[in-house]
Amino acid sequence: MKYLYYPGCSLKGTSRGYEESILAIFEKLQLPLQELEGWNCCGATAYMAVDEIKALALAARNLALAEQVAGNEPVSLVAPCNSCYLVLSKAQRHMEEFEDIGDVIVKAMREAGLRYEGHVHVRHPLDVLVNDVGLDALRRAASQPLNGLKVACYYGCQVVRPYATFDDQHNPQTMHELLKAVGAEPVDWSLGTRCCGGSLTGTIEKAGLRLCYILLREAKVRGADAVATCCPLCQFNLECYQGQIASMFGDEVDIPVTYFSQLLGKAMGIDERTLGLKRLFVPLTTAAV
Amino acid sequence: MIMEKKSPQEELRIGVYVCHCGANIASKVDVESTRDFAAKLPHVTVARDYKFACSDPGQELIQKDIKELGLNRVVVASCSPQLHEKTFRNACADVGLSPFYVQMANIREHVSWVTEDPELATRKAKSLVAAAVRRLAFAAPLETKRVPVHPDVLIVGGGIAGIHASLILANAGRKVFLVEREPTIGGHMAQFDKTFPTMDCAACILTPKMSDVKNHPNIMMWTYSEVEEVAGFTGNFKVTVRRKARYIKEELCVGCNDCVEACVLKKDRVQVPDEFNVGLSRRKAVYMPFPQSTPACVVIDPEQCLQLMKGKCAQTCVEACERAAIDFDQSDEIVEIDVGAIIIATGYKPFEARRIAEYGYGKFANVYTTLEIERLVNASGPTGGELRLRDGTTPKVAGVIHCVGSRDRRYNPYCSNVCCMGALKMAHLIKERTGAEVFNFYVDMRTAFKGYEEFYDQILSEGVQFVRGRVAEVTDWAMTDEEKGKLVIRVEDTLVGVARRIPVDMVVLAIGLEPQADAGEIQRKFNISCSNEGFFLERHPKLGPVSTFTDGIFLAGACQGPKDIPETVAQAGAAAAEALCLVDKGFVEIEPNTAWIDEEVCSGCKTCIPLCPFKAISRDEEKRIAVINEALCKGCGTCVAACPSGAAQQNLFTDEQIYEEIEGVLSYA
Amino acid sequence: MSELKIVRRIKYQQELDLSFGKDVAATPGGEDLYKCIQCGTCSSTCPVSVYMDQTPRRIIAMTRAGFKDDVLASNTIWLCSSCYACTVECPKSLRITDIMYALKQKAIAEKVYPRNLPIPVLAKEFFSAVMKTGRSNEGRIVARVWLKTNPLKILSHAGLGLKLLRRGRMSIKTERMTGGHDQMRRLLDAVETARAAQPTR
Repeated sequence: MKYLYYPGCSLKGTSRGYEESILAIFEKLQLPLQELEGWNCCGATAYMAVDEIKALALAARNLALAEQVAGNEPVSLVAPCNSCYLVLSKAQRHMEEFEDIGDVIVKAMREAGLRYEGHVHVRHPLDVLVNDVGLDALRRAASQPLNGLKVACYYGCQVVRPYATFDDQHNPQTMHELLKAVGAEPVDWSLGTRCCGGSLTGTIEKAGLRLCYILLREAKVRGADAVATCCPLCQFNLECYQGQIASMFGDEVDIPVTYFSQLLGKAMGIDERTLGLKRLFVPLTTAAV
Repeated sequence: MIMEKKSPQEELRIGVYVCHCGANIASKVDVESTRDFAAKLPHVTVARDYKFACSDPGQELIQKDIKELGLNRVVVASCSPQLHEKTFRNACADVGLSPFYVQMANIREHVSWVTEDPELATRKAKSLVAAAVRRLAFAAPLETKRVPVHPDVLIVGGGIAGIHASLILANAGRKVFLVEREPTIGGHMAQFDKTFPTMDCAACILTPKMSDVKNHPNIMMWTYSEVEEVAGFTGNFKVTVRRKARYIKEELCVGCNDCVEACVLKKDRVQVPDEFNVGLSRRKAVYMPFPQSTPACVVIDPEQCLQLMKGKCAQTCVEACERAAIDFDQSDEIVEIDVGAIIIATGYKPFEARRIAEYGYGKFANVYTTLEIERLVNASGPTGGELRLRDGTTPKVAGVIHCVGSRDRRYNPYCSNVCCMGALKMAHLIKERTGAEVFNFYVDMRTAFKGYEEFYDQILSEGVQFVRGRVAEVTDWAMTDEEKGKLVIRVEDTLVGVARRIPVDMVVLAIGLEPQADAGEIQRKFNISCSNEGFFLERHPKLGPVSTFTDGIFLAGACQGPKDIPETVAQAGAAAAEALCLVDKGFVEIEPNTAWIDEEVCSGCKTCIPLCPFKAISRDEEKRIAVINEALCKGCGTCVAACPSGAAQQNLFTDEQIYEEIEGVLSYA
Repeated sequence: MSELKIVRRIKYQQELDLSFGKDVAATPGGEDLYKCIQCGTCSSTCPVSVYMDQTPRRIIAMTRAGFKDDVLASNTIWLCSSCYACTVECPKSLRITDIMYALKQKAIAEKVYPRNLPIPVLAKEFFSAVMKTGRSNEGRIVARVWLKTNPLKILSHAGLGLKLLRRGRMSIKTERMTGGHDQMRRLLDAVETARAAQPTR
């Protein structure tokens, strides 16, 4: 099995820390990720509203590139961004399910010198870590376990919805399992898959920030020391708007919001700078760690 | 295989009748052109089309032609032989033509209903008519046989359906075997507290019937027993029943419960969840399911009893039993019975509420199912009838959620039929017992039978709040202070068009009805069919609601589809009547489609013998050939297909008939 | 005391567009539109329905009844954040998120969205950025959207921008594809041609 890495735009921008920590932990687990050469934007949700087929075609190009790199080898395209993960998966499924969409994209790809046979397996790192690497390997790699750090595991929407391929749609457990394996203690809360507002925080602020507020407040109520995320936009929304949320709702919601991969990396003894932890607005208080 | 064709002796005079079936056939098949096509086929004396061939004038038309034109064979191109083969056979027999000289061509179910293109439909209709005409040349004037019927009836399942059917048959003087797999009869109804819409106490109306069953001289009530195997056919079934070891001498036990008191499994943690109280209480290794268990006889759970598991126990129960009814040496008993008819009344399985994670059953302590509430409000239930939350407090606000697991493509797409009324009953009981504010969340309110709408009116006037909307989620995160520590129901009040959050202390899930987990196994055992959902399939949804596709086997109650008590009882009565019809008649007519062996061709290879599912074939050791017992043969054709030398032949399906039919189709393809 | 307001509310059949529902049902994911039983699960599971002028359930009802103008003018379709909760919870398996996408596309195509709404602008900015560089640069795109819809916002978010810059989470330099840019553009042009050649949609 070949593992190709599809960063997506955010991991090269606002969520650099996600990329840094993902690459670092995969390296440490001896499964280095090779970045897909020449990738383009996945198509993303914003574009879907303007022109769905073009959005899917953008995604399909990445799939075709991955297949080309892999040759005949089975290949996992690892997409850490929930949105990329969804759009890439959706492109694959829509091309299979809707003949007219599939036809247009296949034809257009041929024009552009591309072909896609449908052999790429789009994967989220949560899936790869739990199912390919395995919890035992993580336990072994955790040289500095997290000593009961209380974490609110926040999956966001698009990693289990609408396609629940590797985890339960209502009660996902992969992030819980991973963090438990390295000594953290997931708190019991019901909002692990409730939406953070996505791009609404930037467009219809009032609505978007309220969604973030609900999540942050509940995480605090449940006694979490930190929120762990697996999506760039979730992390950005929950962390970067904390100040605005506090003044809008008159409630302090300061809590570190990390990527789950940063916590895993920390437990593996990788230094904070390598993991991009220094890039956080609210520093991860390591008292409990 | 090359068969020598035997030419028919007499001159054939065939009449072909193409039925319009109103517009059912005529809207797709060009009946006039099919008729004209038929008229030109060899040996066809007359071909006609007719609006409804099955009507009296239609039948008379055929009879008239037989008499006036001297027809000696008849083809009716109409619907499935399942429906009207008998009609036309009888019509012909009435004017002296052998019923086996009638051939149906199914141009409705096989053609007009399933073909889009009228041209293709007409072509197919013609080819089927051609096939039927050619096939008739080799028809034989067979004789219908009569086989005597065993007068006894087996009823599988001792819930209200099985109980009611048993009593009807027993009162009619028939001997009934009532086989129930649990240690007591009573089924789900025995677990209910009240029954809608009249709110009779379930036990008050059920337990008298249970005692009647037990005391009836014509009923053999076998609890803790299961049907292992069914052989034979309508009128003459041979059924093997396993009577599981109860480790109690049933004839000695009087249900005093002294042994239960004495059982050493005292601590809650070594006891097991009580099935009858749906896990809300615990029971010991020896137990009686509920006070009115019938028979009033305890049972020992071999997976809990220390003596049976480990062979080591103080046997305090034995000591306590004054009547010496405990017998650890008992083993399962296998009994074979002969019956003429079988009624299947195996009931349903409540929907497993855990499957809907959003509703928090199993996660939040105060989310209950309707069945649990039935036990909690019941005087003989785990709380003695006090409706309390798990922490012992009384709920002040309760929410009842309808359609749990029903009308949902992810779980069961069908409506479970009983939950709306059941949920209304819940609202009433909760209000009556606790005075709590009750919210019912429904999608569509279905109260369609006698007295049901009036019941809904009553609940409305009792002040229950009705919110039209399917609940998305029962959750524990609070938005307001009022919500803290409560379960919050998130729902759109669709009549207002606004999302609501309603904090409650107790949630009741009106769970739907599903086929029993082992319905598939029962289906195979009795050779009946299941619908897509897994409920047993009736012979006809309107006109054969309690019959199955297997003659002599009938259905009653929720095993055929979700239904409430009134409907179940009505259906059980109908099934009993149908069974009575069969066994009282004293004989069944058997379609002469049996197989026979051409003695000169049979090589005695014995291939057919083990293949026969009805054990109808044996070997004549003297002649060294196979012999088929016609009384046992069901005409399945397995031996005919398997016979390497072509010695096995089947009436109504001789090789000539089948080859002619194929050629008929091919000649017009 | 406020004044008594009287609004006449009635729909004449001629004001409705009965083909609207059929059009939406014909888009990918819209196939089960007519199976909706109006149970409201979508509206109650939706985290943003509290801000919507029409709940998602009503949008479905209005769409199939032909209330085209009202549907496309509602804020509902723009508030949908594509979290797919409605899609996975719907007991009749309607893919409501996909239906919302279809409605957004129709509103953009017919230019009937509210002028001050940043979402269509965001979508377009996003598209032009991708065309130019093959990638999106969140900071730059958001800034341009605000510039076009609400310039004051840039000022109020300047602090956030600085913080991001300082932590290396935003860069002045544009991220670009590492090759294949022409191919990507060829692909998108070819989609246009292939789509035009297709009779449906």
